[in-house]
Amino acid sequence: MILTATKISKSFGEATNQTYALREVSFAVDFGEMLYIVGPSGSGKTTLLSIISGILRPDDGDVVVKDVDIWKLGSDALAGFRLQTIGFVFQDYHLFPRLTTLENVAIPLILRREPWDKSLTEARKTLQVVGLAEKENLPPYKLSGGEQKRVAIARAIVAQPDLLIFDEPTASLDGDTGRKIVAFVKEHILNAQRAIIIVTHDSRIYEYATRIIRMEDGRIVPGTGADHEK
Amino acid sequence: MNGLLRIALKLLLNDKGKFATLVIGITFSVFLMMQMTSMFSGILYQSAANIVNVGARMWVMDPAVQTPQNSIPMPNYVLDSVRSIPGVKFAVPFYVGAGLVKLNDGTYQSATIIGLDDASLFGRPTIISGSIMDIYQNNAFIMVKDANYAKLGSPKIGTSFEINDHRAVVVALAHTPVPGLFGLPTLYTTYNRATQDLPSTRYLISYILVQPKSTQNIAAIEQQVKQLGYLALTDQQFITRNDRFYEFQTGMGTNILIMTLISFLVGLSIAGETFYMFVLDNLEHFGALKAIGAKSGELIQMIVFQSLVVGFLGFGFGVLLSSTMIAIAKLKIANYAAMVTYENLFLAFIMVLIISAFSSYIGIRKVIRIDPFDVFRG
Ligand SMILES: Nc1ncnc2c1ncn2[C@@H]1O[C@H](COP(=O)(O)OP(=O)(O)O)[C@@H](O)[C@H]1O
Ligand SMILES: [Mg+2]
Repeated sequence: MILTATKISKSFGEATNQTYALREVSFAVDFGEMLYIVGPSGSGKTTLLSIISGILRPDDGDVVVKDVDIWKLGSDALAGFRLQTIGFVFQDYHLFPRLTTLENVAIPLILRREPWDKSLTEARKTLQVVGLAEKENLPPYKLSGGEQKRVAIARAIVAQPDLLIFDEPTASLDGDTGRKIVAFVKEHILNAQRAIIIVTHDSRIYEYATRIIRMEDGRIVPGTGADHEK
Repeated sequence: MNGLLRIALKLLLNDKGKFATLVIGITFSVFLMMQMTSMFSGILYQSAANIVNVGARMWVMDPAVQTPQNSIPMPNYVLDSVRSIPGVKFAVPFYVGAGLVKLNDGTYQSATIIGLDDASLFGRPTIISGSIMDIYQNNAFIMVKDANYAKLGSPKIGTSFEINDHRAVVVALAHTPVPGLFGLPTLYTTYNRATQDLPSTRYLISYILVQPKSTQNIAAIEQQVKQLGYLALTDQQFITRNDRFYEFQTGMGTNILIMTLISFLVGLSIAGETFYMFVLDNLEHFGALKAIGAKSGELIQMIVFQSLVVGFLGFGFGVLLSSTMIAIAKLKIANYAAMVTYENLFLAFIMVLIISAFSSYIGIRKVIRIDPFDVFRG
C-alpha cells in the first residue's frame, strides 16, 4: 500500500454550527492505482484529499503514506513530506502569472534545492511530455484552460512524486478537453511506482478509473471502492 | 543564487508597476533625507568655519558664547591670567567682528574682520598672493578670496576702501579651508588695528587662543579658566557647542529634523503600503508554494530578500540622486552649504533598513498565516 487512511474525522466550526465534514473515513490506495473519489458537492472530498496529502490536520485518525505516519510530523517535516512525496494539481491551478510556463513547472525542483539549470532542463522535458514544449517561455495566462491544466500537471509530476493528487481536474474545462487530459494522465503518467487519486463529480471521466470510492455526507458509501465501478 | 531567491526576484521584477513604485518611493525618501541632513551638515560645518580656519587647539571665551559668530568681549586681564596657567604653552588674543566696508563706488557691504595677534599672527590664513608680512603696513588688510570675494568688488593688491570710516588697503589675498555660512567677505588684519579701527566696547578680546603644552594639560586648563569665570574649550568641543546651538536652540535644527522624519515616514508608508499590496497580490502564490512544500522559513527568506532588494536599490538611487544634485548645486551656487557625510549616509541606510524591515514584517505576518487548505479548496 502506498497510503492507508484510518478512521479520519474532521469537523469545522464550533459548538452550535459545527459541521462534520468527515466521519471515521478509512480507505487504502495501492501503487499503480488511479483511484477516484466521487460524490455530491459538500460530501467531504476536498477535505479528505487535504488530510491525506498533509495539508489539513484531521481531528482524529491516522494517515500513513509509505510507512510514515504523516500527522505525527512537525510542520517543517510535513512540508518536506509534501515536497518529496506528493504532486498536487489544484482545482484552480495556482500557476504564477509572473513566471514563465517553464519556471512554473520547475518550482517543485527549485523548492527541492535542485540547481536552477537542472530544474529548468527537467521542466523542459516534462513540458514535452504534456505536449507544451513550444509554450515554455509564455506566461501561463497566455495559454488556454486545457493547456494551463496540463502545465499544472507538468508541475505536479516534474519531481517524480509517488502520489499524485487531483482535485476536480475537469472542472472549468469542456468535456472533450477534460476527457483528453484524464486519458493522457492514465496513459503517460500512471505507472506501477505511483498512485493517482482524483476527486471529481464528472461522470464523463469515470471510465478511466481503476477504482471508485463514493462519498456522501462525510462518509464512504459502504460497498463502494471494493471494485471497479462504472 | 539560491533558486528560491531567484524566483522571489523574478516575482518582484516582473511586477513592474509595484517594483517601480517601491524603488521610486524609497529613492524619493532617501533623496529627501539625504538633502535635509546634508544641508544641515553643510550649515553646521560652515557655521564653524572660523574655528577650523584659525586652527587653535583651545579657545577661551565668555561662558555665554554659543557660536563663533557671536563673541562677548573679555577684559585684558583674562589674557594675562590664562597665560599664567600651568600647561599653557602660549595664549594670544583674537578678534572677530563685523565691519562696514564702503566701496569706492559708494556702496556699502558688511564684512567679517579678523584680528590676529600682532606678535605671532597665530591663526593666519594661507596666503595665495602677496606677503603675510605686509599685514604690518599702514591700514593693511588681507582679503580672503572665497565665494564672497566679489562682494568687495574683487579687490586686487593695492585696492583701497574704507572700513568703519578708516582707510583700508588690501595687501595680500588669502585662502581659508572652510567657507563661512553667512555670505560675508572676510578680511584679516592685526589685533591692534582691528581693535583700534573698529568701534568697540570697553573690553576688546573676542577670544583667547591657547596652545597647551600637551594634550594632558587640556583638562587642567579648562578647570583653571573656569575658576576665572570664563570658558575654555578645545576646537572640537567648540564645534560641538556650535552644532548643539544650531540643532537645539534655533528653529533650523528641529525643523530639519522634523522634515527628515517626515521624509522617512513618507518612504515608510509608500514602501510599506506598496509592499503590502505586492504581498497580498502574491498571497495565493505563496500559499501554493506552501502547499507544494515550501517551509515557512523559506517564504520568509523570499519576502525579506524582496524587501531588501527594493530597499538597497532605493538607497543607491537616492544617494546617487542627492549627491548629484548637491554637486550640481555647488557648481552653480557659490555659497551652497551642503555636504554628504558618512553619518548622513549611515542614517539614511538605517532608515532604509527600517523601511525594509517594516515592509517585510507586514508581508511575513500575512504569509505566515496563509492556510494552504484555503489554496487547496480554491
Ligand atoms: N474551512 C471550512 N470551514 C467551514 N466549513 C468547511 C470548510 N471546509 C469545508 N467545510 C465544510 O465541510 C464540508 C465538506 O466540504 P468539502 O470537503 O469541500 O466537500 P466537497 O469537496 O466534497 O465538495 C462542507 O459542508 C463544507 O461546507
Ligand atoms: Mg471540493
